[in-house]
Amino acid sequence: MNSNSPQPDEQSGHKPNNTALKLVIAAVAMFGFGFALVPLYDIFCEITGINGKTGGPVERVEQWVDTSRTITVQFITTNNAGMPWEFEALQEEVEMHPGAWTQVKFWALNPTENDMVGQAVPSVSPSEAAEHVQKTECFCFDQQTLKAGEGREMPLIFSLSPEIPSHVKKVTMSYTLFDAGAFAK
Amino acid sequence: MTTATASHDNHDDHGHHGPAKGIMRWVLTTNHKDIGTMYLWFSLTMLFIGGTMALIIRSELFQPGMQLIEPEFFNQMTTMHGLIMVFGAIMPAFVGLANWMVPLMIGAPDMALPRMNNWSFWILPFAFGMLLFTLFTEAGAPNFGWTFYAPLSTTYAPSSVTYFIFGVHMMGISSIMGAINIIVTILNLRAPGMTLMKMPLFVWTWFITAYLLVAVMPVLAGVVTMMLMDIHYGTAFFDAAGGGDPVLFQHVFWFFGHPEVYIMILPAFGIVSQIIPTFARKPLFGYASMVYATSSIAFLSFIVWAHHMFTVGLPLQTELFFMYATMLIAIPTGVKVFNWVSTMFRGSMTFETPMLFALAFVVLFTIGGFSGLMLSIAPADFQYHDTYFVVAHFHYVLVPGALFGIIAGVYYWLPKWTGHYINENLGKFHFWMSFIGVNVTFFPMHFIGLAGMPRRIPDYALQFADFNAIATVGAFIFGFSQLIFLFVLIKTIRGGEKATDQVWEGAEGLEWTIPSPAPYHTFAEPPHVK
Ligand code: HEM
Ligand SMILES: [Cu+2]
Repeated sequence: MNSNSPQPDEQSGHKPNNTALKLVIAAVAMFGFGFALVPLYDIFCEITGINGKTGGPVERVEQWVDTSRTITVQFITTNNAGMPWEFEALQEEVEMHPGAWTQVKFWALNPTENDMVGQAVPSVSPSEAAEHVQKTECFCFDQQTLKAGEGREMPLIFSLSPEIPSHVKKVTMSYTLFDAGAFAK
Repeated sequence: MTTATASHDNHDDHGHHGPAKGIMRWVLTTNHKDIGTMYLWFSLTMLFIGGTMALIIRSELFQPGMQLIEPEFFNQMTTMHGLIMVFGAIMPAFVGLANWMVPLMIGAPDMALPRMNNWSFWILPFAFGMLLFTLFTEAGAPNFGWTFYAPLSTTYAPSSVTYFIFGVHMMGISSIMGAINIIVTILNLRAPGMTLMKMPLFVWTWFITAYLLVAVMPVLAGVVTMMLMDIHYGTAFFDAAGGGDPVLFQHVFWFFGHPEVYIMILPAFGIVSQIIPTFARKPLFGYASMVYATSSIAFLSFIVWAHHMFTVGLPLQTELFFMYATMLIAIPTGVKVFNWVSTMFRGSMTFETPMLFALAFVVLFTIGGFSGLMLSIAPADFQYHDTYFVVAHFHYVLVPGALFGIIAGVYYWLPKWTGHYINENLGKFHFWMSFIGVNVTFFPMHFIGLAGMPRRIPDYALQFADFNAIATVGAFIFGFSQLIFLFVLIKTIRGGEKATDQVWEGAEGLEWTIPSPAPYHTFAEPPHVK
């Protein structure tokens, strides 16, 4: 700033350069904050279980089984746009007691002439049930690679924690399958 | 004041009298009045370009069926129209008005950072040149809506998205620099005696707006940077296949987006708060409550963003939180409307052109506020979302809101800038044509929206035909009326009845103590404010 610049106002005593510098720092910090929203969002969703996101894998612990309640768990599979695999749950639904461990199976087949990588993304509804879904094994934890024409049974081992709210009678676990070729590890 | 000119030796001797000659005056200028003028002309150019796009959209929608343009081009038009109006017309017009008026209103010789000021402006033509240039490329312009939701704007975007991203970066930098300049000017260059609570409301609303800009434009830059990385560097911020989340995009975008809509209205609140007392010949009712209401609106604007996302599958508690927080904004907004009306109550009012636009602002903006309240009711929004009802809402707050505010300000201060009064008959003609046009265009959109017509669709079912035809007629009336505006501007610049220094009988404030037209350099000696 050259010597002819407007002089700082005596009564406020601010210096233009200091104020400007602080504001530039604030702008840069807000740019960083935008990126910080990404992990914050995931943490927030995981803690609150909103957005139907499930965590995992967890250690299998033998826990108290609440035999007085039975919850119906339904399985839904969806292919994301353009994903050519056959993808289905081998059982439509299971009945289970909170606390008990269950294994279910899904089936995927790559009917194309290319080797492909898929990634299933889980979602639980109602979302308040999401934090009570405990998975020790899920095909959704990893990418699935299928050679051309290859098919595979994929397991899911999980339980619902006994703390699941008592008004929850039915839980839907939905899996959407994406072509993850671009993100193959 | 010779801050900038002093640094270019050859200009030194001009600095004290007036502007340099020729094109280089405009390229190198650091004078707040020159830069303000350039911002305003730029914004008017963008208004006409964006307006032409709107008329293309409305022409296609005049009748059901596809008659004039391809659906792909229709999508490019809605996208570009939104981007150009928001970032190219409304925002730069406010910055232009701030450049002209903030120093004059606080008794400062210029903006505090004049060379940065020059940069903030000159970035803009390049940003928008780049954006507009994509229309002529083979891939076509961006077509994913002004809200550019991922993955539509990443996985499925035309290749021009990269130009779009750089364009957004550039205009973001321009806005941030402009905002910093305004804050620094207000904090440091006020004339002795001009305490914060004596500042005119236009200065106050811009002061608060500038903080909003510094807070959220970087978040916008962040979100487009994430898109850039998803598209070109294999990250997966918004791609579920790679572990990302498309809903995250909407959260980050609207964290910017909602404060952004207030960035586009707060300065207009300020302008109207200057004009109404002048023509009611009474001081503004509730000055302090205006300042506090503006601050509360700015604060609340950070905690309501998910009212744009009621239908994405938010949990119940979240829906309720955002619903009530949004409704809360109606309170400070109501305070403002109440104060404007009370200012007029028992005033000796006259109805010159700026006052007419300001009055229309108060009435029509309030209609937009009410439709906003309807949209804030989460369960009702499931019906309204993504229909023409939303289009009606935001056009009521943006066209007779933000844009009328700008036009009112231009008519109000034009005699000070040019030294000439406008031709009142032409001004009133412009007003009435705009007023009729705007309502004929946007009011029917409430009805077709409630009846279920989706937005951003080039074709529609037969039952929406009549109201769409009416809206198109209104749009042409409104659009062509703006040529009257252009005509009045040029005519007033070239001549007209000589304006007095005070210009308007009831006008008060430092900007009315200097000669009309305002000399190239003002307040080299700071005035004393009692
Ligand atoms: C009383 C104050 C307001 C309330 C309660 C309100 C509420 C809302 C709500 C709930 C929506 C989302 C509708 C939907 O997508 O389903 C919305 C959209 C919108 N509002 Fe407002 N609003 C208010 C004032 C404003 C103002 C002052 C502006 C700008 C000057 C504005 C600009 C917009 C825009 C641009 C959109 C649509 C964005 C898009 O999806 O393209 N609103 N408003
Ligand atoms: Cu909003």
